[in-house]
Amino acid sequence: MSDVIDRPILGEQVAAQSRLRIIDCDVHPSIHAHADIEQFMPKGWQEHLRTYGSHLRTPYIGTTPYPRSSPLIARRDAWPPTGGPPGSDLDFMRKQHLDPLDIEYGILQVLDLFIFSQQNLEFGAAIQRAINDWQLAFWSDREPRLKASILAGQDDTEFAIAEIERCAKIGRYVQINVCPRANEPLGRRRYWPIYARAQELGLPLGIHVGGYGGHAPTGSGWPSYYVEEHQSNAHTMAAQLKSLVLEGVPERFPNLKIVFIEGGFGWIPSATWRMDRHFEAFRSEVPHLKRRPSEYVKEHFWFTTQPIDEPDEAKHLRSLIEWVGVDRLLFSSDYPHWDFDDPRYAFKTPLTETERRKIFNGNARALYKL
Amino acid sequence: MARHIVARTSDIPPGGNKVFGVEGRDIVVFHVNGEFFALLNRCPHEGAPLAKAACVARLTSPEPGVYQRSRVGELLRCPWHGWEFDMRNGQSWFDPQRVKVRSYPVAVESGGELQKGPYVAETFPVHVEDSYVIIET
Repeated sequence: MSDVIDRPILGEQVAAQSRLRIIDCDVHPSIHAHADIEQFMPKGWQEHLRTYGSHLRTPYIGTTPYPRSSPLIARRDAWPPTGGPPGSDLDFMRKQHLDPLDIEYGILQVLDLFIFSQQNLEFGAAIQRAINDWQLAFWSDREPRLKASILAGQDDTEFAIAEIERCAKIGRYVQINVCPRANEPLGRRRYWPIYARAQELGLPLGIHVGGYGGHAPTGSGWPSYYVEEHQSNAHTMAAQLKSLVLEGVPERFPNLKIVFIEGGFGWIPSATWRMDRHFEAFRSEVPHLKRRPSEYVKEHFWFTTQPIDEPDEAKHLRSLIEWVGVDRLLFSSDYPHWDFDDPRYAFKTPLTETERRKIFNGNARALYKL
Repeated sequence: MARHIVARTSDIPPGGNKVFGVEGRDIVVFHVNGEFFALLNRCPHEGAPLAKAACVARLTSPEPGVYQRSRVGELLRCPWHGWEFDMRNGQSWFDPQRVKVRSYPVAVESGGELQKGPYVAETFPVHVEDSYVIIET
């Protein structure tokens, strides 16, 4: 048996691991009670929320995301003793996550209220705005380690720009998040005004998996099982990477930085190899691309690590990290969700000290200017 | 093997568990269907506390569309990533050759047996109301 299995967590082991402080690029805070969010919404939308709730683009009744694998897709040990859903109690988050893992910064990713999936775009805009305010008031103001993202659903581009402007004036957000499953693939020109604004503001564009844009999550329709659907996060991210690159977004916005969050990174080598191979054959179809697709990927895109791929042999994970590029990876835990990655144990392959510093801290520090 | 008397049987309710610090390790004892099982309180994958695991049944299927439950409550489902382990021996169901939780023999003995020794002193009537859980490490 491996010695990992019956070795207790020793004090000195934890201390040695945590000398490198960690920037966690995917932490999920939750709304403790609806009243918390309502204070940031006009009365009319508060009533709308109570009367109509979410109007989602899913095809069947009850096809909301929960529960999946476990209630609220959460770790079973993440329910705060004070009540409320996992991720809703700041003190408990400090005690269970930020303090013991020595998190220097955590980038907040809010999924509550199916922010990006609302069919009613005005209502969607109202909750995006409310949640942007709530992130500061309930999290960043109370805990300087936690950094907020501007949520701006791109299907209402005009609103998205207005919301980005409003939040950028406040100046405390580190990223602009758009929907991974929008009405059209993310490279389409209708969304470019958002990318232009992100570039001007110098804020990375964050794309976190999930959401329902009204399309089936796989190219062949709706899956039967959660284990099947969970794989589709990677397919969706691969499709969006190809759309952004091949439509020319990095070519048109050379200073735009794009972060793919919670899509893992195992699929990236094959996606870029294929793009490069086909680019050689079909470059006359996409003459707006001046360079090989992989070059755009290497310069404009970053990828958070969770859910980390776990091949049977550690050396294969090692190759994967090298193929994607140590400079492209940002550690993320996905706390408090069920497929959480613990920074001490998730990388089942040795990394050099330089590599660890980049993946667990340096890359994110530079990208988010922390 | 050292024997550690850790609890009264009544301290761990049926279907529940309790964690004990034994020789610098956290050992979790489960009480399932009248039996007690002791395992290291740490998932071998990423270290999640198994005391928070779900106690589930073994679900098998001889073919798609046919499902069978057995050994209700005897399988642990890790609180984070859902890896399943057999409470009896710590064996993992998905990769038993490589991944296992350390398990410990458990004995349940009455208070009467435990206090028996070679020395005889003035005796008082003792009323034994409970049994004790002993872990061997």
